[in-house]
Amino acid sequence: MKLELIGITKRFGSLVANDHIDLVVEPGQVHSLLGENGAGKSTLMNVLYGLYDPTEGEILVNDKPVTFKGPGDAMAAGIGMVHQHFMLVPVFTVAENVALGNEATKAGGMLDLQETRTRIRRISDQYGFDVDPDAVVEDLPVGVQQRVEIIKALVRDAEVLILDEPTAVLTPKETDELLGIMAQLKADGKSIVFISHKLREVKAVSDVITVVRRGKVVGTADPSAPTTELASLMVGRSVSLTLDKKPATPGEVTFRVQDLTVQAPNGQHVVDGLSFEVAEGEILAIAGVQGNGQTELTEAIMGLQDHVTGSITLNGNQLLGRSVKEVIRAGVGFVPEDRSVEGLVGTFSVAENLILNRYDDAPFARGLSMSQSAMEQNAQAKIAEYDVRTQSAQSAAGTLSGGNQQKVVMAREFSRPLKLFIASQPTRGVDVGSIEFLHRRIVAERDGGTPVIIVSTELDEVLELADRIAVLYRGRLMGIVPGTVSRDVLGLMMAGMPADEALAQAHDVQGGDL
Amino acid sequence: MNRQDDRPVDPATGGGAHPTRRDAKDAARQDEIRLETAAETAGGEVPPPAVPATTAGLGVGPGAEAPLMQRIMTGNALVAFLSVVLSLILGGLLIAVTDQEVASASSYFFSRPQDTIAAAWTAASSAYIALFQGSVFNFEGDTFTRMIYPLTQTLTVATPLICAGLGVALAFRAGLFNIGAQGQILIGATFAGWVGFTLHLPVGIHLLLVILAGMVGGALWGGLVGLLKARTGAHEVILTIMFNYIATNLVLYFLSTPAFQRPGSTNPISPQLDATAVYPPLLGASFRLHWGFVVAVLATVFVWWLLNRSTVGFELRAVGANPSAARTAGVNVSKGYILAMAIAGALAGLAGVAQVSGTEKVLTSGVAASFGFDAITVALLGRSSPWGTFAAGILFGAFRAGGVAMQASTGTSIDIVLVVQSLIVLFIAAPPLVRALFRLPAPGATRAGKGGSSTSTTPTPASTGAAA
Repeated sequence: MKLELIGITKRFGSLVANDHIDLVVEPGQVHSLLGENGAGKSTLMNVLYGLYDPTEGEILVNDKPVTFKGPGDAMAAGIGMVHQHFMLVPVFTVAENVALGNEATKAGGMLDLQETRTRIRRISDQYGFDVDPDAVVEDLPVGVQQRVEIIKALVRDAEVLILDEPTAVLTPKETDELLGIMAQLKADGKSIVFISHKLREVKAVSDVITVVRRGKVVGTADPSAPTTELASLMVGRSVSLTLDKKPATPGEVTFRVQDLTVQAPNGQHVVDGLSFEVAEGEILAIAGVQGNGQTELTEAIMGLQDHVTGSITLNGNQLLGRSVKEVIRAGVGFVPEDRSVEGLVGTFSVAENLILNRYDDAPFARGLSMSQSAMEQNAQAKIAEYDVRTQSAQSAAGTLSGGNQQKVVMAREFSRPLKLFIASQPTRGVDVGSIEFLHRRIVAERDGGTPVIIVSTELDEVLELADRIAVLYRGRLMGIVPGTVSRDVLGLMMAGMPADEALAQAHDVQGGDL
Repeated sequence: MNRQDDRPVDPATGGGAHPTRRDAKDAARQDEIRLETAAETAGGEVPPPAVPATTAGLGVGPGAEAPLMQRIMTGNALVAFLSVVLSLILGGLLIAVTDQEVASASSYFFSRPQDTIAAAWTAASSAYIALFQGSVFNFEGDTFTRMIYPLTQTLTVATPLICAGLGVALAFRAGLFNIGAQGQILIGATFAGWVGFTLHLPVGIHLLLVILAGMVGGALWGGLVGLLKARTGAHEVILTIMFNYIATNLVLYFLSTPAFQRPGSTNPISPQLDATAVYPPLLGASFRLHWGFVVAVLATVFVWWLLNRSTVGFELRAVGANPSAARTAGVNVSKGYILAMAIAGALAGLAGVAQVSGTEKVLTSGVAASFGFDAITVALLGRSSPWGTFAAGILFGAFRAGGVAMQASTGTSIDIVLVVQSLIVLFIAAPPLVRALFRLPAPGATRAGKGGSSTSTTPTPASTGAAA
C-alpha cells in the first residue's frame, strides 16, 4: 500500500504544528521521521491516524484521496498505530485487548475470543513474537506489551504501521528485537513509519529518513549519512556529539557507600549490599536497565528512602538517617530522574523553582519572611547564565520545554557550593541542543573538583560522561569498570554478568581490543 | 504515603507503559486516562484534544496535570464571575416560574404573551431588588442608619464565612480538601464559649483569651486530622467528615452537662457570655456588626502574607502543588499537612468565635449554623485565594442577609437563595459548561481542531505522546 501526505498543515490557533508537510511512504519501506521533541512528528501522525483534521492538505492511499474521521477510518484503510504510551487495558488478557473495539460475537451477543486467539497465535508464530493470547497484559514486560500493540494493528490487516517513539521504553536488548521485527514486517511487504529522535536506531533500520524541524520538512537524508549531519539537520545548527572532556584528575575520595541495602515494602532487597567510592573530580556513572535499584540508591543517599541499612559518608560525615534537608545542607546536589514529578513544581514560577530547596536560606528569607526581590534577582541571573528559554521569570515552570525545565533544575542545584553532585537521567526527554549544554555543565562541575554520580539508562550518555562505570543488576553491583570499556561489556553486565566474566567474554569475542 | 508500591522493581515484571515512577495518585490518574483512551481508540472515534499536541507535550501544563479537585478549587476568575451571573439568571427564572401572578397570566399566554413576560419580569426583578435592599442598601429607609443597616448585616453574616472560608482555602492550597470547617467552628466556639462564660476576667484580657481559646480549639480539631493523615495516611476527606459528626454530637453532649448548662436549667443552652468576653459593636449599638469583622479582615491579610510572602506558605504551596518535588527539595511533607490543617482549624475557630462571641453570645448546638459547609463554597468561589475568599464571603453574606428581607417583602422563599448558591458551585465545578454557554475559548487552546466543538482538556496519549 502506498501512502502519501501532500501539503499537510495543522494549526492550533496561531501555532502551526505542521507546515505543508509532504511525505511518501512506499510499500515495503521503513520511512523514518526524525525530529526533536515538539517538532510536529506526533501531530503529523495524529493527522494521519484520523485523530486530528488537517487544516490543509490531503492524504492519498494508493493514489486515491481519503479523509479519516477517526482512528476507525484509518484502521479500515489499513493504517495501524503503536502509540508511545500503550493503549492497552492492563487487567485484560492479550486476546481481550486485541479484540477490544472489534469484538467477534457468537449467537446471543456472546463474546467469541477463540477466533481472536487463533489469529494472535498465527501472527505470533509468523513473526516469532512469542505472545500468549491468554496472558494478562499488566504481567507482561514492556517489550511484549509493545508486540501486543503491533498484533492489534496486524489483526486489523494494517499495511502501514506507525511506530511512535517505540524504543523510548525499551531496554537495549528489547530494542534490538524490535528492530528485527521491523525488518521482518518490511520483508513481508508492510510499510513502517518510524518516529524517533535516536539517530543510531534511525540509521540502522531506515530506507528513507525525513527530518522535521519546527513543523516543516527540512530535508530527507540517506541512512548512510553521517550521524553529525543528521543531528545538525534535526537541530538546525551544527552540534558536536562528542564532548571534549579532559581526562579526570581524581583527588581525595570523599564519598563512600558501604554495604548499602534498601528494603522494599514487600521485603525484597531492591538495593543489595552496595559498596563504592567516588573521588573528588571524577564522574562515576551508574548504568543499568531501568528499575534495577538505581532510583532507590539515589533516594537512599538523599534521605528519601526508608528501611536503609549500611553506611553513606560524605567527608567523613554519616548521611544515612539524616533528613532530606540535612543532606541538602551537607552540600549534596540532586537532579531527580523525573523532573516534572520530583524536580519541579509545575505550577510554581521559574523563579520559585530556582529556589525550591533554598527558599528558607539567606538571602531569600529573613526569618519567616521571603524576599521577592532576592528571588527575582536570582532568577534573572540564572535564566541568563543557563540560557533558559522562558517568557519571564514568573512563567509557570510546567510551561517550559523539557530541556529548559532541566536547565532550571540544574541551575538550582549548581547555585550552591556542592560537596557531591548526583544526577539521575540528566538528559531524558531533553533535546539534542540542550543535552550538549547540560553535559558540559556536568563536566565543568567535575573539573571544579566535585565528586559526581550520574545515573543513566542510556549507554551513549554513560560512555560519554563516565570516568568509571558501575553497573547495577537487580540491586547488586556487577562491578566497576573504566569509562573506556566497550558497549558489549556493558551490555553483558547490564544483563547480569559480573564484570570480570563480561570482560573475559568480550575479550574472547573481539580479540581483546578494550 | 507509600511511594514504593507502583515502582517497577524487576525489569521482567515491572514497567508498563510508564516505566518512570510517579506518585501513586498520579499514576492512578494516568492509568484512568489511558484506560479511557484505550477503549476509545479501540472503538475508533476519538474527539481531537483541544490542547495542541505540541504545547501539551511541553510538560506539566497546569490544566493538563492538575488533579480535578485542584482545577475546580483554583479555577478561572472569569468562570467564577460568570457562574454567579448564570446562577442569578436561573434563580430569576425559577422565581418567575413559581410566581402566582405569572401562573395566572400564563393561562392566557397565547392571546397576550406580554402579560406573562411582564409578570415574570416583575416577579424576578422585585425579588432581586428586595434581595439587594436587604443586603446592601435600603433606599426606602427613612434614616441613614436604616439605609445602611442591610450592608452591616451582610458584613456580620460574612464574618464567620470569611474566617472559615480562609481555613478551607489555605488547607486546599496545601493540597488538603478540608470538609471539616463545620466541626472546627463548633469546637472553636465551644472552647471560646466556655472561656467566655466560665472565666470572669477584666475587659480586654477576657476577649483576647476567648479569641485565643477559639483558635486553639479549632487548631486542635484540624491539626488532629493533619496528624492522622501524616502518620497513618488516612484520607482527610473521610477524616474531616467524621470529625464533623464527632464535633456536632460532642457539643450536644457538653450542653447536657452542668459545666455548660445554665444554673438550674436542663436546656441545651449555655449561660450568656460575659460582657467582657464578647466582641464590641463596631458601629455603635444600633448595628449588629461587631469587631469580629475587623478580625476577619486581619485574618485575610495574614493568610495572604502567609501564603505569598512567607517560607511557611512556600512550603505549604509546594506540598499542595507537588508533594514529591517538595519532599525532594527537603520540605517535611508530614509537618506541612499537620501545620496546614492546624492553621485551617484556627481560622475556622475564629469563625466560631465570631458566632459565639459576636452574634449569638451563647453557646448552642446550632451555633455554627451551616457556616462550615458554606465556607467550602466560599473558598471554591474565591478560587482558594485569600482576597477571593474574602469577596466570596461577602457575596454569600449578602445572599443570606438579603434572602431574609426578600422572603419578608416579596414572599419569595429564602430557599431560592440556597438554590442560587448551589448552582454557583455546580457551574464552577463544570467550567466547560460555562465556557460553552458564553462561548469562551478553552484554556491553553484558542480553537479546537473540529470547529472549536470540543471543550475537553483531557490530555489524550496522542498529545502527551509528543512529550518524548
